[in-house]
Amino acid sequence: MVGGDGAGKSTLLRALVGLVRLSAGTARRPGKRSIGYIPATAGLYVDLTVEKNLAFIGRAYGVTGAEYVTRSEGLLERIGLTQARSRLGGQLSGGMQRKLAVAMALFHDPELLVLDEPTTGVDPVSRAELWRLIARAAARDTAVVVATTYVDEANRGSTVLLMDQGRAIATGSPSDIIAAVPGAVGVVRDAVRPRGPSWRSGSSWRVWAPSDSLPEGAESVTPTFDDAVMIAALADGEKA
Amino acid sequence: MRAMVVKEFRQLLRDKRTLGLLIGLPIVLLVVFGYAANFDVSKIPTVVVGPQAAEVAAQLHAPFEVTEIDPAGDRATVASQLQDGKAVVGVVTGQSPMPALMDGTQLFSVQAAKGAFARMAQADVADGVKPPAVTPEVLYNPDIKTSWIMIPGLTGLILLFIGTMTTSLGIVRERQAGTIEQLAVMPFRPWDVIFGKILPYLLLACLDLIAIVLLGMALFGVPFVGSVATFGIGALLFLLVTLGMGVLISTVSQNQGQAIQLAIMFVVPQILLSGLIFPVDAMAAGVRWIAYILPLTYFVDISRGVMLKAEPISALWDPFTVLLVMAIAVLGLAVLRFRRDLAPSTRHHSAEEPELKAVA
Repeated sequence: MVGGDGAGKSTLLRALVGLVRLSAGTARRPGKRSIGYIPATAGLYVDLTVEKNLAFIGRAYGVTGAEYVTRSEGLLERIGLTQARSRLGGQLSGGMQRKLAVAMALFHDPELLVLDEPTTGVDPVSRAELWRLIARAAARDTAVVVATTYVDEANRGSTVLLMDQGRAIATGSPSDIIAAVPGAVGVVRDAVRPRGPSWRSGSSWRVWAPSDSLPEGAESVTPTFDDAVMIAALADGEKA
Repeated sequence: MRAMVVKEFRQLLRDKRTLGLLIGLPIVLLVVFGYAANFDVSKIPTVVVGPQAAEVAAQLHAPFEVTEIDPAGDRATVASQLQDGKAVVGVVTGQSPMPALMDGTQLFSVQAAKGAFARMAQADVADGVKPPAVTPEVLYNPDIKTSWIMIPGLTGLILLFIGTMTTSLGIVRERQAGTIEQLAVMPFRPWDVIFGKILPYLLLACLDLIAIVLLGMALFGVPFVGSVATFGIGALLFLLVTLGMGVLISTVSQNQGQAIQLAIMFVVPQILLSGLIFPVDAMAAGVRWIAYILPLTYFVDISRGVMLKAEPISALWDPFTVLLVMAIAVLGLAVLRFRRDLAPSTRHHSAEEPELKAVA
């Protein structure tokens, strides 16, 4: 689920897990025991140690004894917090906190994992580690719904929902979304901004021609997923 | 500096509750406390027993309010009425001088009664009529020690402070940290969260209570003549009300500042209105009704009655029942409020499908 700040991603996720009353439509989800959810702002108790945070989740979902030890050790190992197990949640770096939060959401092996911007403000190395955790869960048959503001992350989803101002503006697999780009996309290697809808990409300009006729000097290219997201937002803006 | 002043005003004006509190509370407190602050007891429930009960009762004027005349009664009848809190003064006729038994847990009533008996004696001398010789005899607290009367109630006040303040932060802290939304999605029922929040504090408060009662007995020589079990049940009900009230405050507050303000608004009036300092019966009628809705009022009754008078549970049904109803109401409201906040979609347009298979 990708969109700018205020696009409605968090609200949609909260509706999905049952925290928002729906005025229309339906939300289908598994029972609470089978959901793992991390809100954008939290995920763990900052005044409890890493271990105690996991112990709370273990008790809440009735995972105890040997099963608890196996799972918690495995997760600590995977997120690289084995050494930091006695540190308070609040003393962990931002990236470590998010990793612990995801580990906690995955602790009970949920059928549905809902993550609200799990990687916002996280350094690239930790981001990669977080995505490894998430991908592993998806590979083990967990449905994963992730909200993000990073377009490159949205590319990882099997289905992408583009949102703007509380509405879905495009949905489908990344290749579907690329294929659905109307008009033509070109690249202009010039310091001057070309006419028509255009945006910076590195040292050049990307330009979008809804009517297929690219401006002079523009070299036609195959749109990337980034282009597709940008164009979906522009096209939606034109409609509105 | 001007920038700071303007910013502070803007922030203050945004928080309507704090603003209302700053302006409204001093006025309310002055009016309420002004009418509550009254040491003068105007009515003293009195029983008169023995062969001349009717005649002596006829001679008793305000502040005495004769509630029962029992010619067949004796000293034991009076003692039991005083123990059960049905009367504060009991005159036993049929001997000279007549003993007037007084409930030493009612400090101001005892002082007023002693004064009234002394004035009666002098007035009758002036009229040339033989005064009924009365010997005041104070039960339960013969030296009328203030500490004996204050400490049983103070234990309640201390628990009220600790209990309400600490629990009032419990849920609002989760709300501010954002963890409350995770709790809502976890397999907890609203009362799991509410009681889970309360129970650790209840345990600590019980330990606190034992410590302060023992300390009060050791330092001030306060007696504990009644049943520990009766006291314990009363204390447990009172603690459930105060801790539950804290949690209820927490569920209706958006931030910790609001929670603390509400907790203060709940706690402070009880210092003056619970009968701990000013007798409830001496308060102006409107203010007295506020006293009747405060839990500490009932715990003061129970703790004084049990510790000083060995009042049996049968005489304390009223405060026990009120505290029980309050506990159920407060905890019930906290659970309902919490449910409304946390699980709005359980009843509307949402389907939970335990068997739904993940489609990745």
